[in-house]
Amino acid sequence: MIKTLAKSIRQYKKESILSPVLVSLEVTLECLIPLYMMTMLNNIEADNSLTNILKWGGILLALAAFSLLFGMLAGKYAATASAGFATNLRGDIFDKIQTFSFANIDKFSPSSLVTRLTTDITNIQTAYMMIIRVAVRSPIMLVISLVMSFTINVKLACIFLAISVVLGALLFVIFKCAIPIFERVFKKYDKMNESVQENVKGMRVVKSYVREDYESKKFAATAQSVRLDFQRGERLVAFNAPAMQLSIWTAITLICYFGTSTIITSNQSELTSSALSSLIVFAAQCLSSLMMLSMVMVMISIARASAERVVEVLSEESTLKNPENPVYEVENGDVEFRGVSFKYSAKAERNALESINLKVTSGQTVGILGGTGSSKTTLVSLIPRLYDATEGEVLVGGRDVREYDLEALRNQVAVVLQKNVLFSGTIKENLRWGNPDATDDELIAACKQAQAHDFVMSFPNGYDTHIEQGGANVSGGQKQRLCIARALLKKPKILILDDSTSAVDTKTDSLIRAAFREEIPGTTKFIIAQRVASVEDSDIIVIMNDGRIVATGTHEELLANNRIYQETYYSQNKIGANAEALKALSDGEENAEGGERK
Amino acid sequence: MKRNIEIKKGSALKALGKLLGYMAHYYKWELTLVVFCIIVNAVAGISSSVFLEKLVDEVITPGLSLGFDAVKSKLAVMVGIMGGIYTFGLICSLVYTQIMAIVTQGFLKHVRTDMFDRMQTFPIKYFDTHTHGDIMSYFTNDTDAIRQLISQSLPQTTLSLASIITLLFVMLNSSVYLTLVVLAGVGVMFVFTKIIGGRSAKFFIRQQNSIARTEGFAEEMLHGQKVIKVFCHEEAAKRDFAKVNGQLFSDMDKANKYGNILMPTIGNIGHVLFVVVAIVGGALVLGGVRNVTLSEGVTDIISMGVIIAFLNMSRQFTLNFSQISMQINSVVMAIAGSARIFEFLANEPEQDEGYVTLVNARIDDEGNITECEERTGRWAWRHPHKADGTVTYTELKGDIQMYDVDFGYVPEKLVLHDVTLYAKPGQKIAFVGATGAGKTTITNLINRFYDIEDGKIRYDGINITKIRKSDLRRSLGIVLQDTNLFTGTIMDNIRYGKLDATDEECIAAATLAGAHDFITRLPEGYNTMLTGDGSNLSQGQKQLLSIARAAVADPPVLILDEATSSIDTRTEYLVQRGMDRLMEGRTVFVIAHRLSTIQNSDAIMVLDHGRIIERGSHDELIAKKGQYYQLYTGAFELE
Repeated sequence: MIKTLAKSIRQYKKESILSPVLVSLEVTLECLIPLYMMTMLNNIEADNSLTNILKWGGILLALAAFSLLFGMLAGKYAATASAGFATNLRGDIFDKIQTFSFANIDKFSPSSLVTRLTTDITNIQTAYMMIIRVAVRSPIMLVISLVMSFTINVKLACIFLAISVVLGALLFVIFKCAIPIFERVFKKYDKMNESVQENVKGMRVVKSYVREDYESKKFAATAQSVRLDFQRGERLVAFNAPAMQLSIWTAITLICYFGTSTIITSNQSELTSSALSSLIVFAAQCLSSLMMLSMVMVMISIARASAERVVEVLSEESTLKNPENPVYEVENGDVEFRGVSFKYSAKAERNALESINLKVTSGQTVGILGGTGSSKTTLVSLIPRLYDATEGEVLVGGRDVREYDLEALRNQVAVVLQKNVLFSGTIKENLRWGNPDATDDELIAACKQAQAHDFVMSFPNGYDTHIEQGGANVSGGQKQRLCIARALLKKPKILILDDSTSAVDTKTDSLIRAAFREEIPGTTKFIIAQRVASVEDSDIIVIMNDGRIVATGTHEELLANNRIYQETYYSQNKIGANAEALKALSDGEENAEGGERK
Repeated sequence: MKRNIEIKKGSALKALGKLLGYMAHYYKWELTLVVFCIIVNAVAGISSSVFLEKLVDEVITPGLSLGFDAVKSKLAVMVGIMGGIYTFGLICSLVYTQIMAIVTQGFLKHVRTDMFDRMQTFPIKYFDTHTHGDIMSYFTNDTDAIRQLISQSLPQTTLSLASIITLLFVMLNSSVYLTLVVLAGVGVMFVFTKIIGGRSAKFFIRQQNSIARTEGFAEEMLHGQKVIKVFCHEEAAKRDFAKVNGQLFSDMDKANKYGNILMPTIGNIGHVLFVVVAIVGGALVLGGVRNVTLSEGVTDIISMGVIIAFLNMSRQFTLNFSQISMQINSVVMAIAGSARIFEFLANEPEQDEGYVTLVNARIDDEGNITECEERTGRWAWRHPHKADGTVTYTELKGDIQMYDVDFGYVPEKLVLHDVTLYAKPGQKIAFVGATGAGKTTITNLINRFYDIEDGKIRYDGINITKIRKSDLRRSLGIVLQDTNLFTGTIMDNIRYGKLDATDEECIAAATLAGAHDFITRLPEGYNTMLTGDGSNLSQGQKQLLSIARAAVADPPVLILDEATSSIDTRTEYLVQRGMDRLMEGRTVFVIAHRLSTIQNSDAIMVLDHGRIIERGSHDELIAKKGQYYQLYTGAFELE
């Protein structure tokens, strides 16, 4: 784990090393300064001439100046090292995600990835800074204080050595008990926040059913239970400060008592009164560094869980690899499935696709129909190699898709996904995702084909209209048409529309299909749809059920002999008594239209 | 957009004061006790330096000349007193840390439930105009900022402040001149804290905003990750992220730098101060200046022992000062957080002047209505008349009429114009039209999520503004496209419609909605836990559940807003019978994208840009060969 993370330190190695070195220097000075102060006081007491004071004071000032210099530099380097490390790590995770295949993406939810990029990395950053500053500082302070006190008086030093051990054990026990409590309660805390989110999202339901009080009561119970658990943990941790004070004060009291008797009985030969006060300072330093060390331990244990989550992403290997000697040219838009079976994970019991055989030649339009969960999307996902077939092979342009360079293949196979996304930026910027070098004329041509030009022009800023995050300021149908235009700009040999016109009205839908027929006749088109009307005029209609192709054929063939197609067709077009009348009506309409077309 | 943290000048102390007042509201006595204990604890801590001085003067020095036995008892007494003070201080420390643990969590619970309760009263408009992420951050980030302040910064600052005041008192008692020197030193520290700490706080806020920006960017990109893949846009995404990430680095680096150098700066100013005090002390002794103390006035020339004790105190003074200065960042965050929480709590609740209420009723054969306590299955509107003090009862039937209704979400832009419609009890009214034509808006007005600008809406002949909102909504069942299920079992979710429904009633409702089949096929059946808005169910199944939820509530009026949009057409065909049974005997308003769902409506309203442009039954409209006909045959686009 540490090895994986350490790779992200890179250009901040210098700072990461300098910082602890400087901290050690600083802390050494910091420990020496009080000792020196005592010596200075003794000297001044003996000779309180101004020159003597100035001499000693001058040395002390110099020491302070160095300590300040080291301290500031250490702080500066530690800041840069930890911020730099965090930045590298964040960049590495993001870059890693960019190499993910669809199968990898499915494994992580976007919000969990966002948490990793923010909260988790912040935790790691804090821990890292703690490690290169405090984790060096505390042990050095501990050791110096102990050594110093042993040089002053072994007997007394033993007293607080013993106390240190007791305090260390005490702190260890407290955290050992508290950490599992906190781990549990943080999960509960997340659940509580989820329930708030649920309430906010479902506010219309809450208000419609007049359940405000019920929701309040439910939340109060959750909040109370989170409170009690947190309280249990915090009350445990709250023993830290008193435990610390108990140790220090016991040490002071004991040192004072035995120290005083030692001074008097040995007549200052074993211990002096100024040495006594130094001892007390060291005792305090020693114990407080123990306390700090325990804080570092807590930070590290919090960060450990975060680090594990981050490493999980970093060590995830993309399930798709570019071939050794890839082919860069996709010859034509032929597509063939040869005995293809597919499952999403090796552990899955059932295949999502089962022995698929399908042959499509360049320029054909393929309509795909089927209920939810019949694997329509899965089928088309194999063409641009978003996933690899588990069995059998998928051929594009006469070659197995696994032989192509991924980017070359995907540039020729444009997909308009079911879950469409526009990004914040202007319409132009969004369209240029399809082709960064597209001219304005090309943009307009693509939009005209996708029936998007007219509404784009109706916006005050036309193609420079700013799209808000998630495309919030355009309607669902408009968004879908822009996404189609974006895909068209790739000038692909194969175009896949995955339920991409569901929010577009039937009229516009048919205009888009007409444009496809006329403008890009050579492109192979796959159209997944819910509406029969969207696929009626396809060259081949594929009916899917439960991961299998149950029928292929033209509209007329299927209407004559496929039950699923018939049911879907009739449920969409006619219901009840007046269905017959309507059938006649729409048949007449269709014929009329058909006539015009010819 | 992600929120930006900013602290307005002059508002900081006010927000802090308000927060303390809020805490005191719940924990007045606890907090008083805490402050008392902290002061005792601080005094006990400081007494050790005084103690040491006394030990040297009264035990060690005489002991050295008289022998240990002579001072043995004196030593025992002094150590005993010291031990006593420490024990007392320790008890106080135990008490206040435990109380603070309870107060912190207790107060946070109060803040959370207060916010949550208050939020329940906000009008729907609030939720329509604020993003969920923004609302959530009140509960997470802002509450967390307060936690930091209460559990760490407040006790720490109070302790340090108490120590400083005690020290000041002790120092003034030993030498006024030297105290002035220390105060001058503190002035210098204060200036540095203000400069460095101020920068640190400034960049710290900037860093938080930068994190929020990075988060926003990552969120957008990661949600669109699949699009990035299919467009081979990975390199560009990396480049864009590197830019955002670089800005974050620069802010973070600066924030931490200033934060990190504050501590050594203050500490070393303390060292310098130590030297200056020593020099000035030495000079005072040499110059033969008489010492001035607070309690004894002008005394003899200052002694070396006093100077040494004083030096120790000035060290402690510095330590405590630096402890306070370290809290700057968390105090700044808490101020920003609490200001936002108070802003949230200050939002206006939904107004309701309704006084007509819904009551259980008994209705005899002549149609006389009497109010009763128990559930009868019949309901009536209880309508008190202020003018003559009488009360009339009207049976709840579900008759809804709208006259010339105008409405706009913002005053300057009307989205509904002159909408007039009548829905007789038991009728099914459908709305058809393009996105944005105003279909959902009409239903928002019936249940008074929004109030009309102009016109009238009558429910069973009563002006709906006179009806108490909770009663109005209880009489309306609503099924939305966004299903919004809640964490809990399937049974719990159905029961949401009627909290005292029996299991049998819930199962009957599920059967009616056509959900029973798939529920029984789940391994746990009705006890299946739904988490994360029912992510373990398909969208269609969730819609069936929300229909069952409305069915169990058994309201006289039902609003179905795209309720079956995610059920595929074949399944819809299969559940159609259940839906028909659900709608039987109720006034139903249906909004549907698919025209097949609404063909059997009593009346269909075709909406365009907020106006009803056609109305009639399906057959009438088809025969009319108008807009509906064209829409139906796919030859016309409503936009």
